[in-house]
Parts: sequence; C-alpha cells; structure tokens
Amino acid sequence: MDQVKIIEIKKSVFADNDKDAADLRKELKHKGVYLLNLMSSPGAGKTTTLIRTINLIKDRIRVAVMEADIDSDVDAVKIKEATGIPSIQLHTGGMCHLDAEMTRQGLDNVALEGTDLVILENVGNLVCPAEFDTGAVRNAMILSVPEGHDKPLKYPLMFSVCDLVVINKMDVLPYFDFDLDKCREYIHMRNPKATVIPICAKTGEGVEAFAEWLLAEVEAWKR
Amino acid sequence: MHELGIVFYIIRDVKQAAEEHGVGHVNAVVMNIGEVSTVIPEYLTDCWRWAADKEEILKGCELKINMVPAVTHCDGCGADYPTVAHGKTCPHCGSGDTWLLRGREVEIKEIEV
Repeated sequence: MDQVKIIEIKKSVFADNDKDAADLRKELKHKGVYLLNLMSSPGAGKTTTLIRTINLIKDRIRVAVMEADIDSDVDAVKIKEATGIPSIQLHTGGMCHLDAEMTRQGLDNVALEGTDLVILENVGNLVCPAEFDTGAVRNAMILSVPEGHDKPLKYPLMFSVCDLVVINKMDVLPYFDFDLDKCREYIHMRNPKATVIPICAKTGEGVEAFAEWLLAEVEAWKR
Repeated sequence: MHELGIVFYIIRDVKQAAEEHGVGHVNAVVMNIGEVSTVIPEYLTDCWRWAADKEEILKGCELKINMVPAVTHCDGCGADYPTVAHGKTCPHCGSGDTWLLRGREVEIKEIEV
C-alpha cells in the first residue's frame, strides 16, 4: 500500500491576494494615483452615477474608469461617450469578482502618469467582490432604493468593508417602503465610520456631495 | 458564488507547495473553512471536482473540509460566545463592543501525498 505523507501548509488562500493588494496600494501612493473600488448589485446605477459625477469633476482632476464585467463592453463605451474620459473594459472570464492581480493587469492599460483618480467599477454583486482586496485606496458601494433598506443586514461583509455608501434612486422613495434612517442605522451597525450620501443619479440631486467626497479623498491621498 | 475563484487560488497554492516538496501527485487537500467565511462547502467541492481534474497533479484529488465554528469575543464582559446564534450583541451582557475571534478562515491546512 502506498504510504500517505502529510505536508502541513496552514496558509490562507487570500494571503497572496492581500499581499498583491498591499503592494499595489503602495505603488499607487508612490505615483499619486487614487484607486476607488466601486461595488453594487446589478442595476443599482453605478454607470449612470459615474457619468454624472465624472462630468462634475473632470475639469478639476484627471479621471479614468476601468469597467469590470463578466462579458460585453457596453459600460465602457457608455462612459467614454458620455464623459470623454479614458475608459477601459476588463473581462473577468466568468469570475464573479476582481482580485488584486486582475486589477493590476487592468491598470497596465491606463496611463497612470497622467491620471489622478481611477475608478474601478467592480462586477455587479454584493457578495464576492467584498471578499477580495483589489488594492484600492477605498471601497465604496451604491445601494439603490428599490433594493430595500435591509441590505446591510443581509450582506454584512459588503457594508463592513465600504468606507462610503451612496444611496441612489432617491426620486422613487415615495413608491417604496424604504426607510432612510433605518438604512443609515443598519449601515453604521456594520461600519460606524461609513459615510452615507443619498443621491439621484437620474436628476443629479446629491451627486455634488459624492463629487466633493472624491475630490477631498484624492487630494488627501496625494499629500 | 465565488467558490470557483477560491478553487483557483487553492489549486495555485497546492501546485506550488507540491513543487517545493518534489511531489508528483496530491491525493487530498484538507481545508479549514470558517462558519462565517461565506464559503459554501458543497459548492466548493463541486467547483473543486471540475477544476482539479483538469490538472494532472490533482486528478482524482479529494478536497476535505474541516468546518471551524465561529466565535465572537466581547470586550464588555470578556466572554466568548457562538457568533451564528447571537451575532454582534453579547448574549451575556448585551454589549455591542464585540469582535470575531475565529470563523472567517479559508485556509489550506495540509495536503496528503
């Protein structure tokens, strides 16, 4: 009979990714480039919000967008047409999230020397992207009113890793049982330090607050 | 849902370890999976079967899973309690000043060769 030998490994499968992410963050700090990892469920309005926001800040800082999707390039094309800024599409090859290595490969296609802010639009999904550090300076997510104010209870990890929660589609508030105070309370249960900004990407209401947050973040990172 | 991605990470790490130890074939991989790691063991083993059989060194290799119960520590009263039953609020003193002691592990414990 073959002898069985046991080799002890004792290693977290996320260890390599965490290291890659930390290295990438260090490199971005050195280059003075701010990377934001933006997450949400599908259809929360990430692309529409980005178009509004980028149009408010593109004359003050140099912005680029990386769109991550399982397939297609509709978002990257939409961003480029509506804002005129560089936008590239990443395909995750069926994977439900981006990791630090994929993010780095994407950044190789961005002219980092001429860029202050890169926004990574992660795959629409509230579960998996929260598990993997992409190397971004901050994590942000967009929650939309029709999804319900109880989402921070259902997807605890997503809300605990996000520094900013943008609540989108405030214009439809009268038609949904969405309680903004409750939502804030649940978000702060997961992350007491999270900033919450209610907006309506369609009308542009509140988008300025998100733009200001981004400008302040980028400025602080470059200091 | 991200079990397939995790399987690719496991395969990469196991292949690397096998190479370091001069191993030609791996019979089993033993994982420690935390109760609140969000990894679903059944999905992980399904993805494993599909992906591992594509690798010569891992053909037929079994993925064994040890579940690690989640435990939260309370800074209010110093007690440890089961996370899944009580969440972030300490059942002994009602404090919310608590943190996860263990239960988020997604770790390769060992390989059998």
